[in-house]
Amino acid sequence: MKELHYDVLVIGAGAGGLAAAAEVAKHDATCALVERESHLGGILIQCIHNGFGLEEYKEELTGPEFAERLAVEVRNSAVDVYTDTTVTQLETDTDDGLKIAYCFSAVYGVIRISARAVVLAMGCRERNRGNIRTPGTRPAGVYTAGLAQRLVNIEGYIPGKDVVIVGSGDIGLIMARRMTWVGATVHAVIEIQPYPSGLTRNIVQCLNDFDIPLYLSHVVSRIEGRDRVEKVRVSPLDNGIPDEDNSFDIPCDTLLLSVGLVPENELSKEAGVDINPQTNGALVDSTMMTSVDGVFSCGNVLHVHDLADWVAEEARRTGRYAVQYLRNKRPNRQVRIKAGANVRYINPTMFDPDNPDKLYFRSLIVKNQAKLHLKLDHNPVKEVKMSHIQPSEMLHVNLKPKDVASWNIMKDSVLEVSVE
Amino acid sequence: MSQQEPIQEMICISCPLGCHLSLYKDETDKLTVTGNKCKRGVVYAEEEFYAPKRVVTCTCRAESTVLPRLPVRTTTSLPKEHIDALLKAAYELTVKPPVACGQVLIEDFNGTGVNLIASMSLGADR
Repeated sequence: MKELHYDVLVIGAGAGGLAAAAEVAKHDATCALVERESHLGGILIQCIHNGFGLEEYKEELTGPEFAERLAVEVRNSAVDVYTDTTVTQLETDTDDGLKIAYCFSAVYGVIRISARAVVLAMGCRERNRGNIRTPGTRPAGVYTAGLAQRLVNIEGYIPGKDVVIVGSGDIGLIMARRMTWVGATVHAVIEIQPYPSGLTRNIVQCLNDFDIPLYLSHVVSRIEGRDRVEKVRVSPLDNGIPDEDNSFDIPCDTLLLSVGLVPENELSKEAGVDINPQTNGALVDSTMMTSVDGVFSCGNVLHVHDLADWVAEEARRTGRYAVQYLRNKRPNRQVRIKAGANVRYINPTMFDPDNPDKLYFRSLIVKNQAKLHLKLDHNPVKEVKMSHIQPSEMLHVNLKPKDVASWNIMKDSVLEVSVE
Repeated sequence: MSQQEPIQEMICISCPLGCHLSLYKDETDKLTVTGNKCKRGVVYAEEEFYAPKRVVTCTCRAESTVLPRLPVRTTTSLPKEHIDALLKAAYELTVKPPVACGQVLIEDFNGTGVNLIASMSLGADR
């Protein structure tokens, strides 16, 4: 078994892992980047549509272009990259405080990597039919939207001709356009919520452009077909219950599911990392460090982001914090942050009053002319106007030193974030 | 004006607000827009009405054992009426690696001034 040592180990080479590794190398720490696929860039490679890079690179790029820029940055740095290599176990309870990762690879054999700090950047996987418990038969032709995207864009296979999409998440909307552009007919998008769960620009450019109907407050209540999907039953929701009397059938041969993502945290849990039930990602402090000393988390494995640009931004910060940890630069004090009224979650869940940073959060409500309230121990300390909020659009607020300077912070103070 | 039926309705995508715009034409054929909360809505509506354009992203066949499809895109947005023809041309194209990201595969498509370029680098087979 090959034994290697690095200052920082980054697990996963998608938008998050690449940006984190590049940043670690930029600050003169040694870094290993381990990726189970043979390419760098993760899921970005199959996201061939545009809309990436506007924040990170100030120009509009496709997923593969965005990935290539990050990959070139890493390749030109001192980061050691191990592709085709899967981390199967992460040990954190060692006597000397080193983290040990056991990696398996057809290229490198078994590798044992020890590192002083670890950045978890494994991303998410898709929720599937089992997660939403759709009744019916079990024919071929039911795919998650991301799998279909991989088949079409990378492998070059078209999964079906007559398509119904469940869920109006961004991947589902992007696939509605993609399937139309490869010659399939998309008959409908079915959304359980009363509002779309994807970005407005995707509703317009992927559905309205092709007159694809979007059924809000509807569910697919049954899948039918013996060997292949033949039709699906679509039911409007009446007080949350499928209304049988007003249900209708849509004949189709393919059902694509875009019903949410789950952070892939098996490795994190095994390493003893505490998980936030609101995000299914790790609980992190103001430096993106998890409950395990020296283990950091960023990107979609921490919480699901709307934009890869934000993943990269968060990951760069995380890489910097990991290097500061190596140099024993830790916050002197941290203040807990609590999600208040109409806020589903906030990340990170602490801030450092001496080094306040960016906070990402999600609203539970749809509203124009909304207001963000920050309260320290029930006293209002900051208010921000937000022109529009909705659950599907991730929001952020920048805490600035000049904000925090005047706050009367006690030892057990709590900052509450709410919107109305 | 308010009694008149709008000639077209659309959602502005200049920002996440997503204003619902209504477009009207008066006797002089002048376009007016309502429902916009800022002036970008008018610019968006005028372009969408007179000359709608989209960036097109798809794939070409690649003569490669590493990757059977090469992702490609238009350099800028393409007038909508040319999209189907561009997709057809892209799907008929076979690209032989090595290809550099940004390499032009089809120049000045149908006289639109828009190029089709590779959106990923693909090395030659070993």
